[in-house]
Amino acid sequence: MQRLTVPALLACLFAVLLWAAGTGALNVYWQSVLMFMGVNIILATSLNIINGNMGEFSCGHAGFMAVGAYVSSLLSVALFTKSQVFGEPLIGPSAAVWLFPLVLIAGALAASLVGLLVAIPSFKTRGDYLAIITIAAAYIVKSTIENIGAIGGARGFMGMSAVMSAMNETINLPWIMIWVFVGTVFSVWLIRRFIYSTFGKGVDAICQDEIAAEIMSVNTDRVKLVAFMVSCGLAGLAGGLFAHILGYVNPGTFTILKSTEIMVMVYLGGMGSLSGSVLAAILMTLLIEYLRDAFGFLNTFLHYISVIPDSYEVTQVWKWVVIPLLLVLLMQFRPEGIMGRRELADVFPGLRKFYKFKG
Amino acid sequence: MALLDVKEMTQYFGGLCAVSEFTVALEQGQMAALIGPNGAGKTTVFNLVSGFYKPTRGEIIFDGQSIKGLKPHQVTSRGIARTFQNIRLWFEMTVLDNIRIAQHHALGYGLFDCFLRTPRYMQRERDIEDHAMEVLSRLGLAEVAHELPKNLPYGVQRLVEIARALSIKPKLLMLDEPAAGLNSADVEGLIKLIGDIHRDYGIAIWMIEHQMDVVMSLCSWIKVIDFGATIAEGTPEGIQNNPDVIKAYLGDDTI
Repeated sequence: MQRLTVPALLACLFAVLLWAAGTGALNVYWQSVLMFMGVNIILATSLNIINGNMGEFSCGHAGFMAVGAYVSSLLSVALFTKSQVFGEPLIGPSAAVWLFPLVLIAGALAASLVGLLVAIPSFKTRGDYLAIITIAAAYIVKSTIENIGAIGGARGFMGMSAVMSAMNETINLPWIMIWVFVGTVFSVWLIRRFIYSTFGKGVDAICQDEIAAEIMSVNTDRVKLVAFMVSCGLAGLAGGLFAHILGYVNPGTFTILKSTEIMVMVYLGGMGSLSGSVLAAILMTLLIEYLRDAFGFLNTFLHYISVIPDSYEVTQVWKWVVIPLLLVLLMQFRPEGIMGRRELADVFPGLRKFYKFKG
Repeated sequence: MALLDVKEMTQYFGGLCAVSEFTVALEQGQMAALIGPNGAGKTTVFNLVSGFYKPTRGEIIFDGQSIKGLKPHQVTSRGIARTFQNIRLWFEMTVLDNIRIAQHHALGYGLFDCFLRTPRYMQRERDIEDHAMEVLSRLGLAEVAHELPKNLPYGVQRLVEIARALSIKPKLLMLDEPAAGLNSADVEGLIKLIGDIHRDYGIAIWMIEHQMDVVMSLCSWIKVIDFGATIAEGTPEGIQNNPDVIKAYLGDDTI
């Protein structure tokens, strides 16, 4: 019975979302906020494997997200729609509904392969040095994309909205919402199964004492490789969804600032806490959305006293004042994050009565 | 044939010869000790055998096969488990998980089994947990299975570390100073425990130990090294009266 609680809750949530998006009870703005929330949950939980469970410091998650975003966008545009870059569709718009998940999976696989760029150095390097390698890997990805003129270079790549509308024309459902929901649930499910298995606990063992792990028969190279590839692959999945929500991608989105945003979610939630990452991703998404239009009076005031030119708006930049400030305060007063290393059920043991997972 | 056969193993760190032409042959089920003054190179010998370093020269044969140059986890999978001088448990996860993770050499399932929770995965996870609980109960640690090691007293942490090494089902158990930091009551318990393990599991045990009562009451054969070189080997009685050993420990009286 208790085993059905979580699936049932998720099914209800899914039904409500579908209904709200279909009838327009949820306007387009809030739909996109919820979808970004899903993307952020995937990003935070997947980065948590590296920064939380493994105790390494990866600052290049946005780079892997970019790989997933570009590969899945290019594929979906080439396969399903007529575009300037690829010409006639290879398969045709009517197949988009059925083949879209494969496109996302392809993006994820590509990202996990690029993850090797970080995974292989991690066999010999750790800590600060590995952090530098992750930044380098993210920059390699970003500069590569910026310099391939055929896919738009620094201007970005578009055409995914046509794919989305093609899917809606075939069967009229809020498809992107559905896939973001499925992708989010799938990611958390996959990560949970991974890190709770004896195999996955090897990741924590590496974090706590790598020498002991190696001597106690943990193949640390293999565990690191798998952890990095799972983490980067899911970042790629998040990237693919992100690109299709927006309808266009731009390499400028996947800078170190984006990586920092994801890192703040992980540290806010608590390192190594899966439920903490989910919670923090939800809170951060709402906070970022709030900050978009926050302090409008300050903007007006600065314009009034002519400190800034009329054409320049300061509202958008608050995010980059508040998020770093949050990080400073967090590290000062609660370095372990909201949840510490614990899960929701450790904080509220009463919850265990209501649900149960297989294994 | 000997279980562990180390032949003329030599290790240089830069110009320093840490271990010089170390030779040992341990039989199946033998209990032996490696002793020597501080800095003699005892732990280096253990590190070489367990695969942390690759010896500059020499050969290490375990169970008929060369293990020289294998990675530590591969050496462990072949059947050599060890503990550390300073306890190296994973302090932030439960005692049970500590034992479970040591079963990585015999997982018997892959990544996709663990994503899909296949019957094989479920069966193996149950087996691993049963095995872990069995080892813990054997050492009287069943009631601390769900505690974090950091909250346990030092003596119990030592036991957990021995339990973790034993859970690998080794043919050779190497203990690096198992009695370090224990009080005399704990040491007595440890002597009894190691004796019991040796009898019940029938495995070879090789220990580094400074406390002579542990060595003398347990080991049938002792090797003494100093500055990386072997200075004596033999039975406990022989070693106790060996002038070279006394000189290494107490200094030369003919100043």
